[in-house]
This record gives sequence, C-alpha cells and structure tokens, in this order.
Amino acid sequence: MSALDVTDLTVRFGRGAGALVAVDGVNLRVESGGVLGLVGESGSGKSTIARVVAGLRRPSAGTVTVDGRDVTGRRLPARERARLIQMIFQDPYSSLNPRMTVGETIEEALAAREEQDAAARRAGARELLDLVRLKATVAQAYPRQLSGGMRQRVAIARCLAVKPKVIVADEITSALDASVQGSVLNLLRDLRAELGLSMLFISHNLAVVRYLADRIAVMHHGRIVEEGPSDEIVHAPRHEYTATLVGAVPSLDNAGTDVLTRDEP
Amino acid sequence: MTARARLFRAPMTIASLVLVCLFGILAVVAPILWGEEALTARPTELLQGPSAEHLLGTDNLGRDLLLRTLVATRLSLGLAVLATLLAAVAGVLVGGLPAVLGGRVQRTFGAVINTWLAFPVLLLAMLVAILLGAGTTTAVLALVLTMTPSFARLAQTLASRVGGSEYLAAARMLGVSRRRQFTRYVLPNIAEPVIVNVTISIGGGLLALSSLSFLGVGVQPPDYDWGRLLKDGFAQVYNSPTAVIGPAVAVVLAGVAFGALGESLAGHLRGQDHGHTGGRRGPAPGPGPGSGPDGGQPSTPDTLLEVDGLSVAFPGEHGWVRPVRDVSLTIRAGEIVGVAGESGSGKSVTMMAIAQLSAPGAEVAARTLRFGDEDLTLLRGRALRGALTGVGVVFQDSLTALNPAMRVGAQLAEVPRTQRGVARRQANRDAVAALDAVAIPDPARRAGQFPHELSGGMRQRALIAMSQIGRPSLIIADEPTTALDVTVARRVMRLLRRECDRTGAAVLVSSHDIAVLGELCQRVLVMYAGRVVEDVPVDALRDPARLAHPYTRALVAALPDLDSDRDAPLATIPGEPPDPADPAPGCGFAARCALATDRCRAEVPELTGHRHGGRVACWHPQDREVVRS
Repeated sequence: MSALDVTDLTVRFGRGAGALVAVDGVNLRVESGGVLGLVGESGSGKSTIARVVAGLRRPSAGTVTVDGRDVTGRRLPARERARLIQMIFQDPYSSLNPRMTVGETIEEALAAREEQDAAARRAGARELLDLVRLKATVAQAYPRQLSGGMRQRVAIARCLAVKPKVIVADEITSALDASVQGSVLNLLRDLRAELGLSMLFISHNLAVVRYLADRIAVMHHGRIVEEGPSDEIVHAPRHEYTATLVGAVPSLDNAGTDVLTRDEP
Repeated sequence: MTARARLFRAPMTIASLVLVCLFGILAVVAPILWGEEALTARPTELLQGPSAEHLLGTDNLGRDLLLRTLVATRLSLGLAVLATLLAAVAGVLVGGLPAVLGGRVQRTFGAVINTWLAFPVLLLAMLVAILLGAGTTTAVLALVLTMTPSFARLAQTLASRVGGSEYLAAARMLGVSRRRQFTRYVLPNIAEPVIVNVTISIGGGLLALSSLSFLGVGVQPPDYDWGRLLKDGFAQVYNSPTAVIGPAVAVVLAGVAFGALGESLAGHLRGQDHGHTGGRRGPAPGPGPGSGPDGGQPSTPDTLLEVDGLSVAFPGEHGWVRPVRDVSLTIRAGEIVGVAGESGSGKSVTMMAIAQLSAPGAEVAARTLRFGDEDLTLLRGRALRGALTGVGVVFQDSLTALNPAMRVGAQLAEVPRTQRGVARRQANRDAVAALDAVAIPDPARRAGQFPHELSGGMRQRALIAMSQIGRPSLIIADEPTTALDVTVARRVMRLLRRECDRTGAAVLVSSHDIAVLGELCQRVLVMYAGRVVEDVPVDALRDPARLAHPYTRALVAALPDLDSDRDAPLATIPGEPPDPADPAPGCGFAARCALATDRCRAEVPELTGHRHGGRVACWHPQDREVVRS
C-alpha cells in the first residue's frame, strides 16, 4: 500500500510561451513505511516537488494524494492536512522561529494534533526531545543557543509531533557538517525503524540518499529519468545521466589518483 | 559585559536617555506643580522681558512664559507620542498582516502603501484640517495619516522577510491560525526595528505637530502646546524676542533627544546583527611562543609559501576571539594543498589571512609569512599589493565575488590593466583568452555579459580564469566547489587541476569535504578548532589505518559513500566543536576524543613530522600498529 502518490505532476512558473516548466509530468510513489530518495542537481525541480507535496505551492496539473486523500486542493482543512503531511526543511537556522523556545515550537506542533491540555503538551514535548536524543533542558533554549545539528533535531521533533502519515525531508543534511550529518542520518534511520515512517527524502548527495532510501528516483530537467532500488541505481545505473551523477561523486578511494586528469568518458 | 549593559554605556545613549526621562518627568509633574500658575494672568506685568521673577518674561496676558513652556510639555509630547503610536499600530497592521494573508493581498497592500507614501505630508495635513476644521484631534489625525505609510513600508519589508521564512512555512504546515501566525511569528520578529523607528519618529512627530499648531491648524486656545506658544510668541518677536526661546528650545531639545535615542538603539541593533559590538579588552594576542621558524616543516629551495605561527584574532563580545591559532604550513611551487575542516575550524580565516584579505578589525600575527622572496609581514601598501599580484584568489560565492554591474570580460581585463599596465585592447584579448582557457564556450560573447547572465558553474570558471589571468604562482581557492552541483563541481576541480598542471601554479584550496580534496590535492591539511591537526599526503586517505589523528579518522569515517553499510549506523563524532570564544586548554579535540588523557586536556600537542610523510599534532597518534609496507 502506498502512503504518498504523486501523479502526472506538472509545475509551471509564469504563463504563456515564456513559462518555465519546473516539474514535467512526474509520477512518484512512497510505500507505507518506505523511504523514497529523490536526487537531482539544482534546478532539476526536486525542491519544487517538495513544496507542492507539502502544500506550500499549488501544482499546474496533476494530483498528490496521501493515504488516498488529495492534499493539493484548497478544500482540505489546514489541520487535517497537517496530520497527513509534514516537512523538514534544509536550513535549521531559518526553519525555527527565533522568538520561540524549543519547547514552545514543539508544543505548537502538538497543538496541531488537537492536544488541548497544556500539561500534556509539555510532557509530550519532553518525550519528543528524548526521541530525537536531546536533553529535556533544551526545551527552555532559543534556537540561537543551539548548534546546527541540534536545531535540525528540534525540526525533526516538531515534524514527528504531528505524527504525519508522510514526511518530506528536503536537503536536511546539506547545511550540516560531515560529523553532524552522520548523527542526523543515524537518527532518521533509527526513527524509521521505531516509528515506521514513510518519507520522501530529497538530496543532491547520492551517498546520503543511498544510505537512507529503499528506492531512488533520479530527476533531471523536471523529469524522472530513472527510478529503482537504491543499490541498483548506484551500482548499475541504466540512464546516462544517472551514470554521470554517480561518476561525479567524490570518493576517498580516488584520493591521490589521477581521476581528475584522466580524459572524460 | 552583556550587549545590553554595553548599550547603556554609550555616551550618546546616556545623554539622550537622560533627556527623554527628564521630559517624561516634566510631562507628568509640570501641569500638577505649575498648571494653575501658568494660567494666572497678571494685568500689571504684560509682555515683560526676562527678569529674576519671570526668567523668560511674560506674554500678552502677563502669564509666565517659562512655566507655560514647562507645562506645555505634557500636551506637546503626549500628542506626539499618541500620534506616533497610533501610526505605528496602523502601519504594522497594514504592512505586516499581508505576510500571513498570501501573495495577492500582499501585492494589493503594497500598491496602497506606495500610493499613500507619494502624498505630500503637509498637503495631506491641510486637507484633513480643511475637512475636519482646525483643532487638536485634526492635528493628531493628520499626523497619523502621514506617518502610517512609512511605518507600513517598514513593517512590510520586515514582514515579507518573515513571510518568506521557513519557520512560517512550517507553522502554516502545522495549520497554525493566521491570527497566531501574525502575533506569534511575524510580530516578535519585526518588533525591534519598529520600536526603534517609533522612538525616532516621536521627535519628527513632535516637530510636525508643533508646525501644525504654529500654522494655527493644531492646538487651539485655551489649550497650548509648544507650537502654539511659538505662534503667540512670534506675534511679538520684535517687542520681546525672548518669548520664542522657551518653546523653541523645548521643541529642538525633545526632538533631538528622541531622535538620538532611536538612532543609538538602531546602531546597537545593527551591531548585534553583524556581531561586531566592539568591547575589546587587552591587546590582541600575538603568535605566542612556538616552535620557531625551524620547528615546522623545513623550508626547501622550491618553497613558495611559508607560514609559521599564524594567528588571527577578532574582537568579540567577551574579549578576543581567536579562530586561527599558531598555524604553520608550507607550499612548494606547483603543489596542490587542501585544507579540510568543518565550519568554525578556521580554514577560511586562515586562507584569507594568507591572501591579506582578512575582515576589517581582524588582528593577524605571524612569526613568518613568506611568499616567494618577500616577507609579507614587513610589507605595507603598494609594496604589499605588488607582492600579492603573484596570488590569485577564488572565492566560494561566485555571484558576490564578481561585480554585478560590470561585464565579465571587463572585470577580467582589470587585472592585467592595473597590475601590469597592459593596454585596454590587449587586456580585453587576454580576458577572452583566459575565458577560453577555462573551457567557457563562445568566450567572446560571454565576456560581454554580466555575471548574472552566467550559470553558477560558468561564473566559478570565470573566477578561476580571473585568478589565472594575473599569471599567479599561487592560487588561493576558498571552498570553490561547495556551492556547486556534483557534476559541475567535478568539472571545476578538473579545470583547476589541469590549469595548474599547465601553468605550474601552486594551489591552496579548502573544502569541508575531504573526499573532494583527496581527488584534487597532493597533500591535505586537516584543521580543527583553529589549528592544523594533521598534514597528510593524500594517498594515506585511501587507507584510513594510515591516518594518525583521531579527528581525521573520525572525519573520514563519518562520510557516507556509495558503499556504506546501510544496516549499520554511520560513524559520528560525539559532542560539539568548541566555541572559538571560549577555548579549553590543551588539544582542541580532547573533549570529543575517546582516547584523550589528562595530558591532552592540559597541553597543546605540537605539529611535528610523522611517519606517514606528513605532520600530526596529537599525543596519541593512531597509526602505530600499522606495519608500513
């Protein structure tokens, strides 16, 4: 059974002949409890897909359904949509309100789940902080007092608070340092096992996507050029663009070799 | 000293604050103390000049002008404050609300504000006076009408930033109501500048209200404010010129006080934004005792760059912050050396210090900073610039590194024209040739374009071309591929490598991705907490067992690659990097290192030669057990 279905999604910027087609008839499916990786370079349209799926932008054509319900229409009440889909953003420095404490931010999300009791919300926030491996005292802190990795954990906790059916994660580790990125990826991997999360995981970093996703869709110029199980995409790419992408990933195995001065294939 | 404490120590702030408080007290107590007396007419003392009894003289009913000026403080300031506050509230609503109401509303309100701003202030005030008749209410209303659009514009600008922010998007996704979006997300994030603006505007509002009263459309007798007193005094200015002094001085003083207070608050906010709030204590720390010029790598005849004991300090909130401490490195001619490190490791600051491009306020100190035959620490001005023509710099952000208002070719041509006095036509030909050399298609056409017309990868290549055109012997490239996509990054790296092979230039290149450096460089310097912790030949990176420093090992292990085990957790480094403003003694990595001993926490390990052919700064290098083949 699928958790998220994107069908014939098209997004155009502008009107008429000068319109830019950012997303061109894209079909995606995230299985319930599965992680679909979406890779592509800047301008490929992957972040536009994220924003449409998250309901922050309306598509020009096509549908997005979560659990069989259309989430692109205006008829869906905001709170109901919130419980179907949530998003984790790229930049943990700008995705948290600087004027709200971590506790308030998470409690805001708990309120979206119609949790009315303030004491229950506070307890819920503590549990969530524990879930993302943060100390309970962090609840009193403001975002500026936290490191990038800690902020991203708070953003993850905010997202989990709603218990959405599907999570969209858009480049969530690309603003983080290598050592911190690992711990955030580990956390998501553990949470997935614990909570059975369904996720659309978007990144330009093929190695990161391969680590987390069961299947990978490769995007180029607004279209999906290849989709398949992660290891097949990475180790036996069928499409030429996928091969180029895989070949361009820097690797320590190439350290000290003449990989750069060799002629391009 | 906290930021707030420092704000209240600035002389201008103190002076303006004291004045504002004095006016506030006057506004409260003056009418209570002297209200009656200021109304007392003395038929025997009409229109008198200054005397011991009446310091500013009396008016045409014999009332004391000094007392009247003091008593008028309440009405003058009260109206100004009231009008400004009303305008601020209206402006914030008009300008700020659209941020949570969506794009169409935002555009409509934007157009309204623009039109509103275009109305001349005085005309609007007169129009209101004509429609409603002269009087206090009219004056305040006119003022509110004229001040609202500028507050609205301010709120609109600030709120649109919040409106585009991801935290508001996140709130929207949670289904947070629009009202709450406005009160909890938009308002708190635009409040500070608006408050500052209110403070400044009170001064202006006071002036405007006084003008209206002076013109006779404001406060009407028997009420009186400073403007009214000025008007009455002005009628007799030839008989008793002192009559206008009191209200005039009061208006100017109060206007200046509020303006100055607002300005110093604004200055303080700006300082906070930039993180430069001053507060130096003590002299900048020098390079400190170290190994001396001979303790690092021995310099060989083909050494191009020799840096020893480089430290960079910035004035911070609590004294000096030292993002770079005692860095030593050498680069041979034609060598490609990488600098790896995470954010805050000091790699960019190090590279900019070597290129003599440190941010203003930075204190750079070094025992040795030798480039070619020149000792850069001894050179100043033109001689320094001359020596630095041998250094080309490639910046991370190609869009801000190029002048947006200048054609790409012309920017490239600047280099040979200013450095070698090459004629314009020849320089332009050089520029096109340089663009051609970095494989930019149709270079002659691209040279005639502006930076924004080029793609990111092409701009980065143009920057490399620019760094090459001066025929430098050293290129300093600060994260040249970080902002680029992998395929484009690969192309830029390939280009950098080939250009160096072709021209024989050496490169110092930084990246947060050690895998990128492994492919590009011959040697990688790993930085942590402002120091070089390991200087390692790249072939050792292929075999992590040969890496000596625990941090280098952890950094390499933390990188997922295309063969990482998906069923095992990724290696991570526990804890957080140290705060450069609050360094711990000893090895910077000790707090996060599983192997740290008391010695690591007390003594900084020296960067010394190591068996892998590089250098390492660690008390417990980890490659001990490996038998070298």
